[in-house]
Amino acid sequence: MNLLSILFASIFVNNIILSLFLGCCPFLGVSSRIMSARGMGFAVVFVMVMASAITWVVYHAILVPLGFRYLYTLSFILVIAALVQLVEMVLKKVNPPLYKALGIFLPLITTNCAVLGIAVINMNRNYGFLESVTNAFGASLGFFLALYLMAGIRERLDLSETMPAFMRGLPIALVTASLMALAFMGFVGIM
Amino acid sequence: MSSLLSLEGVLLPSAILGGLGLGFGLVLALAASRFRVEVDPRVSRVREVLPGINCGACGYPGCDGYAEAVVSGQAKPNLCAPGGADVAAAVASIMGISAEAMVKKVAFVRCKGSPDVARVKYFYDGVLDCREAVVVPGSGPKACPFGCLGFGTCAAVCPFGAIRIENGLARVESLLCTGCGICVSSCPKRVIELVPQDKAVRVACSSRHKGQDVKRVCQLGCIGCGLCARVCPEGAISIADNLPVVDFDKCTSCGACAQRCPTRSILMAF
Repeated sequence: MNLLSILFASIFVNNIILSLFLGCCPFLGVSSRIMSARGMGFAVVFVMVMASAITWVVYHAILVPLGFRYLYTLSFILVIAALVQLVEMVLKKVNPPLYKALGIFLPLITTNCAVLGIAVINMNRNYGFLESVTNAFGASLGFFLALYLMAGIRERLDLSETMPAFMRGLPIALVTASLMALAFMGFVGIM
Repeated sequence: MSSLLSLEGVLLPSAILGGLGLGFGLVLALAASRFRVEVDPRVSRVREVLPGINCGACGYPGCDGYAEAVVSGQAKPNLCAPGGADVAAAVASIMGISAEAMVKKVAFVRCKGSPDVARVKYFYDGVLDCREAVVVPGSGPKACPFGCLGFGTCAAVCPFGAIRIENGLARVESLLCTGCGICVSSCPKRVIELVPQDKAVRVACSSRHKGQDVKRVCQLGCIGCGLCARVCPEGAISIADNLPVVDFDKCTSCGACAQRCPTRSILMAF
């Protein structure tokens, strides 16, 4: 399996939000403004790649040799939570502007199921280290893409004056999300 | 018991997870001391004098956010509405600057259209919450599109219990009100506004419609006749969108406007 096809498959064909339906909470929660969608997107790219790398090491260097594969869920969550804490501390010291820009989104990622989901998918597919990191990078770019598109659409929808009151806000966002998921189904044919 | 506490079943997994947790904990502890960011000690002192109810009236996310903003010089020390003048003075003394005089504001419901004087378009049988009722076509049962719906969303969100529903209208108990403004932003009709507590004049109608349209739906609505603007000796009242706008810097609370108002839409609070 070459890395390029893993990358493109995880961005478009198996888009983490629109095909696998993981991480739907920030997809609806943080998509009302393009600025915050971008902040969340960058934070997810960063954390997901780091978390995939470290969970791969934890799984293959600790759990598999000792014969306790079934502990993966607990240990992955432990890794992700500790990692997010660490990243937050380091960012606060090293790059305060970025820390301010990411703001509340960084701690929110701790409970983002997409991050855990990608770690588990990597494990289930028996990916090597590079393949895992590539898959995570692609998936997080796919997350960024979906979130950014959604935020752009919602910012324009907010300007509508003819939309009936009962469709404003979340209802139209859900309809938009389902139409986007339908559109992304079109990518299934290219791989 | 022995099988429960076996090496394979319980102890080893616990040891592995405990070890992982301990390892991560140590790394985090090291990082915490290695990457410690010096926090201005004034932040925690400002935070201590703030009320700590995290109402957000200052415009910052909670009291912590406001304390940081004050110390970094982005915010003025007098923005804490629930804390009032005392907190403003305390914060200012920590920051070493003088507090600007802070006018206490209270919430006021700009509507007198109780069910006996205001017409109702239809019978609403849904969730008793204004935010739900406005979603219904026609945005609520009241014929006047600007009036208080009286389902008590403001009363439910008020952290100080200062709002009650009386005779189908929200009423603010100004002694309990701290002017935090949570009700103002929760009201889907935007019928609540913050007014200076030391001024008595209150405009008790929000209808921007013309006089005849107001008369059709409410007996006590402001018809925008402009008498108040003409009788005000200080020239503090102007008419905009068929409603009087009071310039509280000029208002002396003389009460001339309230006396002349033909629909009793201007009230005196005291």
